[in-house]
Amino acid sequence: MTAALDEKMPRRFTDEETGEEGAKIEAFLHHFQEEDEEDTVSSAKISARNLNFYYGDQQALFDNNLDIAEGRITAIIGPSGCGKSTHLRIYNRIFQLYGNQRAEGEVLLDGKNLLDSGTNLIELRRRIGMIFQKPTPFPLSVFENVAYGLRLHFKMPKSELNGRVESALKKAALFDEVKDKLDKPGVALSGGQQQRLCIARTIALEPEILLMDEPTSAIDPVATRKVEELAEELKGNFTIVIVTHSMQQAARISDFTAFFYKGKIIEYGLTKEMFTNPKQKQTEDYITGRFG
Amino acid sequence: MTPRSDKGRKLLDWMVKAISVCAALLGLFFLGWILFVVIDRGIAAINWQFFTKLPMPPGMEGGGVANAILGTMIMTALATLLGVPAGLLAGVYLAEFGKHSRLGAWVRFTVNVLMGIPSIILGLFVYSILVYPFGTFSGWAGGVALSILMFPVVARTTEDMLSMVPNALREAALAIGNPRWMATLSIIFRAAKSGLITGVLLSVARVSGETAPLLFTALNSSYMMKSLNEPLANLTVTIYQYAMSPYDDWNQIAWGASLLIMTAVLLLNLAARFAVREKKI
Ligand SMILES: Nc1ncnc2c1ncn2[C@@H]1O[C@H](COP(=O)(O)OP(=O)(O)O)[C@@H](O)[C@H]1O
Ligand SMILES: [Mg+2]
Repeated sequence: MTAALDEKMPRRFTDEETGEEGAKIEAFLHHFQEEDEEDTVSSAKISARNLNFYYGDQQALFDNNLDIAEGRITAIIGPSGCGKSTHLRIYNRIFQLYGNQRAEGEVLLDGKNLLDSGTNLIELRRRIGMIFQKPTPFPLSVFENVAYGLRLHFKMPKSELNGRVESALKKAALFDEVKDKLDKPGVALSGGQQQRLCIARTIALEPEILLMDEPTSAIDPVATRKVEELAEELKGNFTIVIVTHSMQQAARISDFTAFFYKGKIIEYGLTKEMFTNPKQKQTEDYITGRFG
Repeated sequence: MTPRSDKGRKLLDWMVKAISVCAALLGLFFLGWILFVVIDRGIAAINWQFFTKLPMPPGMEGGGVANAILGTMIMTALATLLGVPAGLLAGVYLAEFGKHSRLGAWVRFTVNVLMGIPSIILGLFVYSILVYPFGTFSGWAGGVALSILMFPVVARTTEDMLSMVPNALREAALAIGNPRWMATLSIIFRAAKSGLITGVLLSVARVSGETAPLLFTALNSSYMMKSLNEPLANLTVTIYQYAMSPYDDWNQIAWGASLLIMTAVLLLNLAARFAVREKKI
């Protein structure tokens, strides 16, 4: 490794390398499917296949192939602007809010391509919850923030609603802090509390997958730790994909890690292995803090 | 290269500040002046009869403008009922659904043009479609004319207010599994609530003082309203006719009516301000 490496970096990515992606994933899939060798698809909750993404004419993702392991935490790391958010935002098709954004390829959710035009977005988004970088409480009370989605998707008696709101707030490790302010506006909470409120309102719907886009980058360290603990507790029931700027965070909480660079997935594997023994030079440079 | 003199820079800075403060004070000055004149001339007309009695022929004591107050309120309400929902929906279309579409661009252009059309032309237009064919001036026609005036104002402020809601909230609302219309009505509208209320109140204030659109539509009447199918008394046309008349007591009533409208508009503006200040829930 030389100091000049940074400059060369972009040129080191050749087409052959990206071509190897598929093989690497197969090898990797093998890894976490020891119990279930027969069925390679079943333990991947989401599989991105030859995924390309465009902002207008500008391509932001190139042939992404990625398998998200069911019931585990997968971290997406990489330098700023490498396409982490872009990739994540395809999974719940939230990018479609904007007319000029377009995804090509396949994202298989339990084997079905969720990019198909027939996909029911409302159902999709109930199954795949998303936590954003900045906390986005609704302009409603704390209670209503959580009750909102429940009312939207389910019919239930008031008593059950109350119970579910409370249990979601408890799961999000927020209940004790807000139990006396359930009627107060959600925006009146602190940043860290707001973020946990957003998590509560998302997990209240019992989604299968939780997408988190740098969920701790806008909150303080204590709240960060709480969110991380939460993610670790939730895994098993949920499949979690977390985009993170922090290598430490990825190392602390994730089982698998995908390293993105310039819209491509450079390396993907067990977090432990990637952090101790990265296979690609770029990965090593990134996790040792050489760039990004 | 020599450094600029600090003194000169400071002087210039001071002068620009002073001039802009003067310009700003000019607005305050004129509002104050207008208020002063209207109150000064109008206050004498304000008494119990003013609000409760019908107009009297010139020279007779004790006339009022009860019918005109009622008529103005009814036509403003009618205009609000028609213009606000239509304007809100158009604004929603512009901000949420047709933001980048070609139709959206056309609608936006149309709304801007509509906003710029002189109100007297709107009055003539409504005359040609609702007065001439039916053979009578009417409260309905007046209300419709005012609502056409209101529509673009509400549409524009709605679009502006909704556009100020950050996309992050829009994304969050959709990510929880909302259909777009539901996200708009239950989340985005709420986030923009105070701005929307302000827009509506200001548009009400705006049309409640319009005269030109009513001249050819509701006209005026010296009787109490019986139905909306006949000429309808209203404050602004009353002001117009009474102020032009050679009779002192009518002139006096015109000032009184002016004071009434000024006060109402002022109150609506204060209410709008209050709506903005109110803590966002
Ligand atoms: N709304 C957008 N319009 C155009 N380009 C965008 C937009 N959002 C992101 N990009 C571009 O796409 C690339 C990936 O961005 P992003 O996925 O946000 O990166 P990351 O989350 O890894 O920091 C960047 O080059 C960025 O400039
Ligand atoms: Mg990002």
